[in-house]
Amino acid sequence: MLTKRIIPCLDIRDKKVTKGVKFKNNVILGDPVEMAIKYYEDGCDELVFYDITASAEGRPIDIDMVKAVAENIYIPFAVGGGISSLKDMEMALLAGAEKVSVNSLAIINPAIIAEGSKAFGAQCIVLGMDPIKTENLEKCPSGYEITRRGGREFTGIDALEWAKKAENLGVGEIVVNSVDADGTRQGCELELTKMISENVNVPVVASGGVGCSQHMVDVFNYAHADAVIIAGMIHTGDYTIQQIKEELSEMGVAVRR
Amino acid sequence: MIAIIDYKAGNLTSVKLAVQKVGGDAIITSDPDVIKAADRIIFPGVGAAGAAMNNLDDLNLDTLVKEQIASGKPFLGICVGLQVLFDMSEEDGGTDCLGIVPGQVKLFKAAPPETKVPQMGWNSVNFLDKHPLLEGIENNSYFYFVHSYYPSTSDRTYILGETSYAGVTFSSMIYKDNLVATQFHLEKSGKVGLKILENFCGWDGTC
Repeated sequence: MLTKRIIPCLDIRDKKVTKGVKFKNNVILGDPVEMAIKYYEDGCDELVFYDITASAEGRPIDIDMVKAVAENIYIPFAVGGGISSLKDMEMALLAGAEKVSVNSLAIINPAIIAEGSKAFGAQCIVLGMDPIKTENLEKCPSGYEITRRGGREFTGIDALEWAKKAENLGVGEIVVNSVDADGTRQGCELELTKMISENVNVPVVASGGVGCSQHMVDVFNYAHADAVIIAGMIHTGDYTIQQIKEELSEMGVAVRR
Repeated sequence: MIAIIDYKAGNLTSVKLAVQKVGGDAIITSDPDVIKAADRIIFPGVGAAGAAMNNLDDLNLDTLVKEQIASGKPFLGICVGLQVLFDMSEEDGGTDCLGIVPGQVKLFKAAPPETKVPQMGWNSVNFLDKHPLLEGIENNSYFYFVHSYYPSTSDRTYILGETSYAGVTFSSMIYKDNLVATQFHLEKSGKVGLKILENFCGWDGTC
């Protein structure tokens, strides 16, 4: 049967992997390629790289890094950050990335999803979204509002409506990154993930808040996530991928081992 | 030399990198002379079957692909490179394909939240026979899949491996003489995918 995917996330700043809490207070963790190889060898199912300063610095994603990763790991990986046009998408894919993730770009220009999907295939186009809980139910009836820049800017867009719209435009997968849960290691935002997963046909990846294997069991079994993104719990060395998969397997989750 | 056929059906970089990783000498090409001169062929592809068939037609590669398979040269199809070998695909309102493998390519039925389309991720393959390409591969190993349409052949003698998803068991690996094709992505399937590619690089095309 199809297994649940465990996807380490590497946030890149100044060519180094960093980790923050609620998108702030970043600390340097290491070299992206070395860390990618380590997680690949340890049995992760996929990887995702976010070039978190590319957009702010107005430059495209670090293509040399994408190439170096592609030359060293033979599983799928997605890249995001600094993707601002079809040309950027093409460059990242030709460098060996399996998928490109769009977030802010798609908010400003939703048509880019349809264009990318048509040009490269839906399976290449991932929508990243950063929803936050909101009281403004008039504007956002699902109770979650899409933010930009990791929760620093509000858009007034309803999270569920955005997910459905993106699916219609042709995304192949949706990454739901809860701003409220990000970096807390207190568990995923289950209701948010469940709501999105029940209302779209494409795979949904839960992101933000995973601190232990039980959190993953919850987001897979209760919230119907198809994959989960993890960062802090492995970057700190508290867990290895192998250990996570052993635990998940014992708890009845189908994982690749 | 291995020719990786470029028919504008997706990104071939990772296929080339994976072949190089296992010591193969590969070139990405749509030049008929280079393809004819190669001693083995990889026929990859992502995206839609309709576009893939149109591109093969535009580049006059459809007949060449059939000839190359008939020549006995080791030939490996991957993903859409498997699907277009079938008689037809339901994709793009119904697409006539190359007709080398009897059967059709059909759309998975999504049933959220449990069953999403595309199938995206690692699924197991149950191998029905021994084959030189499966040397060193354990039965029910996991491979990386990403597809909305699945191959279904009526002639079970073509099925080398089967996989289950969305309530169907489909032909995830097919074989016939010098021809092998996988629905899963060998170039993205970690060590087991690389092992099959390595076996392909040393295969003489006989079973």
